[in-house]
Amino acid sequence: MADHSSQTNAWQRAAPREIKQSSMFSWSVLLPFTGPLFLVLVWDFAVRFGFIKAILLPLPVDTLATLVTGMAGGSLLFDFYVTLYRTLIAFGIAVLGGMPLGILLGSNEKAYRSVEFLIDFFRSTPASALIPLFLLIFGTSDINKIAIAAFGAWLLIVFNCAYGVINARKQRIAAAKVMGATRWQIFKDVLIWESLQASFVGLRSAVSMALVIVVVAEMFIGSESGLGHKIINAQQVMNTKMMYAAIMSAGILGYLLNILFLALERRIVHWSGR
Amino acid sequence: MSRVLNSPVFADVPRPRFVPGPLGTHITIRGLKKYFAGWPLYENFDLDIPKSKIVSIFGPNGCGKSTLINMIAGLIPIDSGEILFDGKSLKETKIGYVFQNYREALFPWWRTIDNIAYPLKLMGKTKAEVDRRLEELVDSFEVRFDLNRYPYELSGGQQQTASIMRALAPQPEVLFLDEPFSALDYEMTLFIREKLQEVFMKTKTTMMLVSHDLEEAVYLADQVLLLTKRPTSIAEMLYYDDPRPRTVATLSEPSFVLAKRRSLEIFQREVRK
Repeated sequence: MADHSSQTNAWQRAAPREIKQSSMFSWSVLLPFTGPLFLVLVWDFAVRFGFIKAILLPLPVDTLATLVTGMAGGSLLFDFYVTLYRTLIAFGIAVLGGMPLGILLGSNEKAYRSVEFLIDFFRSTPASALIPLFLLIFGTSDINKIAIAAFGAWLLIVFNCAYGVINARKQRIAAAKVMGATRWQIFKDVLIWESLQASFVGLRSAVSMALVIVVVAEMFIGSESGLGHKIINAQQVMNTKMMYAAIMSAGILGYLLNILFLALERRIVHWSGR
Repeated sequence: MSRVLNSPVFADVPRPRFVPGPLGTHITIRGLKKYFAGWPLYENFDLDIPKSKIVSIFGPNGCGKSTLINMIAGLIPIDSGEILFDGKSLKETKIGYVFQNYREALFPWWRTIDNIAYPLKLMGKTKAEVDRRLEELVDSFEVRFDLNRYPYELSGGQQQTASIMRALAPQPEVLFLDEPFSALDYEMTLFIREKLQEVFMKTKTTMMLVSHDLEEAVYLADQVLLLTKRPTSIAEMLYYDDPRPRTVATLSEPSFVLAKRRSLEIFQREVRK
């Protein structure tokens, strides 16, 4: 079988696949790092030469040191955990409540049309504008932060899942139908799969949304923990090193979540874009 | 008092009696009606499709060739009329369907082999039965590519081959082919055409082929169904009975050339109408 290629004809020819370049160190690998490096350099110069007071913007080295010590068992790590925990709980609630509903709405066009305006309206309403409303309902408890974040994320998931089902390729549904699939079989063998691509877009934006709302809620709803609380607290006592470190760790959290969901998506929706 | 005087008279129009087709008819279409946006596409359309023959459908643009087989296959609802397969309804009939756009016909979330096995699983076959049937299919199609790949990893021709295998897997009574070659290059078209002819000679499955390529339509066909412009009716049912297997040499046979020329004449006559 080894020299199959010698007798290749159209029949055997596989679709062109990417050829992995054999490793030779290439400088282009470093390209993604040049932007951040440049930013840090500008930052460093700006502080070193006194364009910005160090009390307002500490040196990058000091900030990074605060970040590292804070995250290596310091108080920052605890707040990081709390924020992550709240985000994931909110996200989990949104997934459990949103995915089935979205898929159901998507497979029933009349039901979707009847709530389409509501979904579009609340999707366009900044979720943070609803914080006072949720304060009335849930008080200043931990549940409040989770509830409002879950609500914002839930809307995104419902919308995207429904959208994915509605836009399922008609021909694939026809193919299943002509093979004698029942409605239920079409639903579980075609519709669900077809909707996955859009669903993942929803999941990814939902987890970002949950994080944003959790951090905002931690800042303004009498909170004792969380990155949002940390940031506003540090700012109030002019501990700018800690403030920047906390901001950075929030950024790291958001970035990691995004990467995680991209990787999951690539794994589960392996046919996406092909 | 309560009697209505001069009540309107409704004529009780009886449904036309069902007239069966000639002997050896597989699909009988009677009084088919289909309107699109208020305009008739098919009206009072009758057609007999013979059993164990390949019928190619050819006609002017927009006359509803694909619509016709989609209606027969149950993918598009009909307004009224009757379509019977050996006297049975569609529900009681096993059919296979090959789409023009193979990219959106196979399910990319499953491996190619699972795609081909899907209709068998829908029928509730056991694992052993499914495997046996798959083996048969692989043999008769002389598959030399890896069926454990995902469809999107295969070339267009391989994907369309897999689609045809999937359609044939449950041993359908009728196979519908909607322009199955028009998205393929010529090399692949020739190959799949030959495979299709082989399968037909072996299984004698009734096939309905929609084609926009007259040569291909005549080459594969026992009968060429030529349609008129809409509202669509049958312009002519042309018989072409050169023996199988037909080969490249067939393309230059006088009988083939004649059949093709005759089809073209009818087609042009219909287009100019």
